[in-house]
Amino acid sequence: MATQQTQLLARTLLTPAVALLFIWMIVPLALTIYFATLHYNLLDPGSESFVGLENFRYFLTDPAFLASLQNTLVLVGSVLAITIIFGVPLALLLDQQVVGLSIVRLMVIAPFFVMPTVSALVWKNLLMHPVSGLFAWIAHLFGLPAIDWFNDAPLFSVILIISWQWLPFATLILLTALQSLDEEQKEAAEMDGASAISTFIYITLPHLARPITVVILIETIFLLTVFAEIFVTTGGGPGLQTTNIAFLIYSQALIQYDVGSASAGGLVAVVLANIVAFFLVRIVGRNLEA
Amino acid sequence: MGQITLQGVQKSFGPVHIIKGADLEIADGSFVVFVGPSGCGKTTLLRLIAGLEDVTGGAILIDGRNVVDVPPAKRGLSMVFQSYALYPHMSVRGNIAFGLKMAGVTRDEINRKVEAAAATLNLTPYLERKPRELSGGQRQRVAIGRAIVREPKAFLFDEPLSNLDAALRVQMRLEVTRLQKQLGTTAIYVTHDQVEAMTMADKIAVLNGGKIEQYGSPLELYEKPANLFVAGFIGSPKMNFVTGELAKQQGATTIGVRPEHLKVERNGQGGWHGTVSVAEHLGSDTFLYVDAGPQGVLTARYIGELDLHPGDKVSLIPEPARIHRFDDSGKSIRA
Repeated sequence: MATQQTQLLARTLLTPAVALLFIWMIVPLALTIYFATLHYNLLDPGSESFVGLENFRYFLTDPAFLASLQNTLVLVGSVLAITIIFGVPLALLLDQQVVGLSIVRLMVIAPFFVMPTVSALVWKNLLMHPVSGLFAWIAHLFGLPAIDWFNDAPLFSVILIISWQWLPFATLILLTALQSLDEEQKEAAEMDGASAISTFIYITLPHLARPITVVILIETIFLLTVFAEIFVTTGGGPGLQTTNIAFLIYSQALIQYDVGSASAGGLVAVVLANIVAFFLVRIVGRNLEA
Repeated sequence: MGQITLQGVQKSFGPVHIIKGADLEIADGSFVVFVGPSGCGKTTLLRLIAGLEDVTGGAILIDGRNVVDVPPAKRGLSMVFQSYALYPHMSVRGNIAFGLKMAGVTRDEINRKVEAAAATLNLTPYLERKPRELSGGQRQRVAIGRAIVREPKAFLFDEPLSNLDAALRVQMRLEVTRLQKQLGTTAIYVTHDQVEAMTMADKIAVLNGGKIEQYGSPLELYEKPANLFVAGFIGSPKMNFVTGELAKQQGATTIGVRPEHLKVERNGQGGWHGTVSVAEHLGSDTFLYVDAGPQGVLTARYIGELDLHPGDKVSLIPEPARIHRFDDSGKSIRA
């Protein structure tokens, strides 16, 4: 029971933590907004001056911006599609009773524990390398020319690496959901004459709607800000082919040393993330309602 | 038609024998109840008939055709599960229609049948609701609706009333029985509640330890139990068993008398003497727990109110014609 006293006590006790979190958030945001209105280049110290919205105009009209926005959306969309389309059957397989299942499950989940830089390096140097990579060796076995992945299909390569990292996450969430599916419901469907495919479409898939929503929401949050994999493998190139918004902001700040423009870009990214979140919640969020 | 015959049906899970050879003849249109204590194999037997488990041995005939290799849906049976197992994301209409939809029935036909089933079960106002918006009794009715709409050869009920409260259980018990009589469809009903078994069944199969102990009408089981287990399981309160010298006088190892067949007399002559240890006064009945020395604690039931209290001396006189005699192996001795 929340009496007025306990409410007051709760608020008083919570205040320091909330205040700290608020300062933690508001100081960087305020500074970013402040920097975004300055001409502020690290290569030109002492020349800081107020330029209004000039940095935003510069960032938004930069052809790199639209290219990187498109790359971001393609990357997020593809990884989401791949992880769910492959995650559902994988989870169905892992839900079966087979010998050695615990080891198989562990192996499937392992990629998620490898840090992004390491897995990107493994893919770049051990798997996709056109001279010494495993894929090149396999292609050679069949007498085919090796593919220079990061030159010929750079965005696809990055998508492949990131999907490999996130597939275990989707599989894991979907697997736990499958295990909570009532056995009697499946049997009822069996009695009702539903084939395996019908059971999947009418019983299993609707049951998975909610976990799929969770996967989409969580993955989107993390995939909008993918950076390490791009930095390690392609450095945003060739040209702008693998530059996403996060990488573009990085290159503004730490390659061109333009703090003002990078800050403006950061704010644009915040707005974009909110727009994506808004649409996501509108489209899939109703699945979360009990 | 819905005549079901079990011939030496066996089921093992690895080395554990759950069903040790069951033979049963279920007539078309009859209501058969499988009753027994937890773990006696009654639900397993039902699942074998449904086809949700494969038999280890023996044959299951439905209308004379062996169906052990036939998938569940093709056996023409429908089942009501203990948890109801409704599809949570489908409306009541969707739930009831699902089986028909899978069978490829036309849309008009489905609607007609679903609405007819809903009308029978008073579900018409709830057709567009989701299962989570229904009460326990309504969900139960949807589960039954899902079973009847397919016009099966037989209904299989797996403890369908165990999740309902006592009042609703009595009501649903009547409704299920009435519906079954009205449709004239064979029904097999699993329960651990012997009152449900006695009130609903045309015939009861009492199961214990994976074997059918006795198969017969409720009164047959009550009046002529085949063995000690059935005698003790059917009837409430439980039958009194007496062993030793008294049983020997009757030419048996054990004799059994039901509480309602013990005449209670205050300080009377003859019969078995004892002291009342607990008296339960229900108004309509009086249950006496009588400490009768060498015979142990005996239960007596008196119809109506009997003004007896703990500590009172009574004598219990069994009705001679109602004494059940059992031999060494627990089998009933018939005169």
